[in-house]
Amino acid sequence: MAKQKLKRVDLIFSQECSCKDIISAALQKPKEEIVKELIDSGLKGRGGAGFPTGLKWKMAMQEKGNKKYVICNADEGEPGTFKDREILDRVATKVLGGMALAGYVTGAREGFIYLRHEYKFLIPKLEKVLEKFHIWMDDFDLDFKVKLFIGGGAYVCGEETALIESMEGKRGEPRNKPPYPSSDGYLGKPTVINNVETLVYALMIIRIGADKFKSMGFEGSTGSKLFSVSGDTPKAGIYELELGMTLDEFVKEFGDGDAKAVQVGGASGFCVPRKRFAETHIGYQGGLKGFSLPTGGSMMIFNSSRSMYNVLHNYLEFFEEESCGQCTPCRVGCQQLLKGVEAVKRGEKSQKYLNDLLRLAETMQLTAKCGLGQSVGNSFSSIVENFREEMIY
Amino acid sequence: MRKRESAIRTAVEKHGKERKNLLPVLQDVKQVKNYLSRSDISEIAAEMNLSSAHVYGVASFYHFLDLKVRGQNIIWVCKTISCYMKGSNDIMLALEDVLKIKVGETTSDGKFTLLQTNCIGWCHKGPAMLINDTPYTDLTPEKVSNIIDDYYKK
Repeated sequence: MAKQKLKRVDLIFSQECSCKDIISAALQKPKEEIVKELIDSGLKGRGGAGFPTGLKWKMAMQEKGNKKYVICNADEGEPGTFKDREILDRVATKVLGGMALAGYVTGAREGFIYLRHEYKFLIPKLEKVLEKFHIWMDDFDLDFKVKLFIGGGAYVCGEETALIESMEGKRGEPRNKPPYPSSDGYLGKPTVINNVETLVYALMIIRIGADKFKSMGFEGSTGSKLFSVSGDTPKAGIYELELGMTLDEFVKEFGDGDAKAVQVGGASGFCVPRKRFAETHIGYQGGLKGFSLPTGGSMMIFNSSRSMYNVLHNYLEFFEEESCGQCTPCRVGCQQLLKGVEAVKRGEKSQKYLNDLLRLAETMQLTAKCGLGQSVGNSFSSIVENFREEMIY
Repeated sequence: MRKRESAIRTAVEKHGKERKNLLPVLQDVKQVKNYLSRSDISEIAAEMNLSSAHVYGVASFYHFLDLKVRGQNIIWVCKTISCYMKGSNDIMLALEDVLKIKVGETTSDGKFTLLQTNCIGWCHKGPAMLINDTPYTDLTPEKVSNIIDDYYKK
């Protein structure tokens, strides 16, 4: 059942007890119990894709071999997302705690934080935290070391297999899946790769218990999540909220009173017009009636002064630049969608041409190799279908 | 010439010759040299026992591995939607005005290169930009011109 109120939560940034104690207590538990607790909690990846975290750990745990890796995906590049930066800035020890747990459970002895180039200013701070963390690991007698790996500036490297390719000294081009990183990850070895926020939740779930975590949110979308709120809002910033709220509740709290649309999930997410605020829930699909939209946390609010054509044009320019160019549907599709909306706007193409472009977006959804190309159609179709007149006039 | 060769050798020695170290090696060489020239690419390839095509392919893939001569400081103005809505265009105009160059160009004294980039993760404090690795947020045209002044005083 949907819970009606927008509820603030404080798990990620809370400092209610020493991080060292949380990690130490968690490491006392048997590995199987930790995995069971995570699966039981229903935690799904907070980077946006929403894969069950416990299952990911379990698969890597079951892999044979003594060389395994843990990677923290801090290549936060989705437009409108800035929560991972804040987490690494304020509670990096919790992230490392989650990584230590993943290392303990899977038997990995090496971990990496893949930090996006744009967050290089965090390096001195992170290096200090790492120094302290490695002393803790010695205290706990856990053979686990973490290094920083700095990205080169490529949105697509947030896709886990592209990130791994880039760490292996290659172009950040996504791999075909399967095999998945849990069996064939970094250097071909079993690898757990999680988003920054996911790792903190993993640690906090082992601390508070799956039942308490599950008591928040709803079936299929348990717990809370960080939201990065930007755009036309008097309260831009980062908020930890229980999953399952409606966009109506969200806009009442964060809008400027004149919200005409909310982009849920960044450029690769969906644009929801005002008439659908009440029936749209924030969470993973399948648990609630009406529309449920997942998000990596990006919530951009647009008020009625904004041209949705400009918004879409900005997203398409973004995708056209960030497409890795490896597969044709995405490389050519992004270029054609951009050229297409420009031609319609200039009146060189009739408005019916938008239907051709919608079909192209659908083809990209079906045929692109990775999540980048597959999700261009999310924002494209939801903006063109809901704000068609703004695309033309 | 000697400086370049030693920068490459130092980076390869520091990180190791295996292919997995290519990105850190490229980043280090770029840091010392300001940008990666064609001959750097070939030399790195030779040092690491990789093909020049592979190294060039990797170097050209990432936004922050420059293959062109850049100014001493690189300004990256965020052009993604949240910053755009908060007036990133005005910030760009102010920078062009202060530096007397257009986006994509380098000042004649070689002090600054002005570029645009996609979302840098400061959407709640837009408009935002990076100068080298340092973020600047909540920008206004006045603020921008003070920031540039400070760099000239350094």
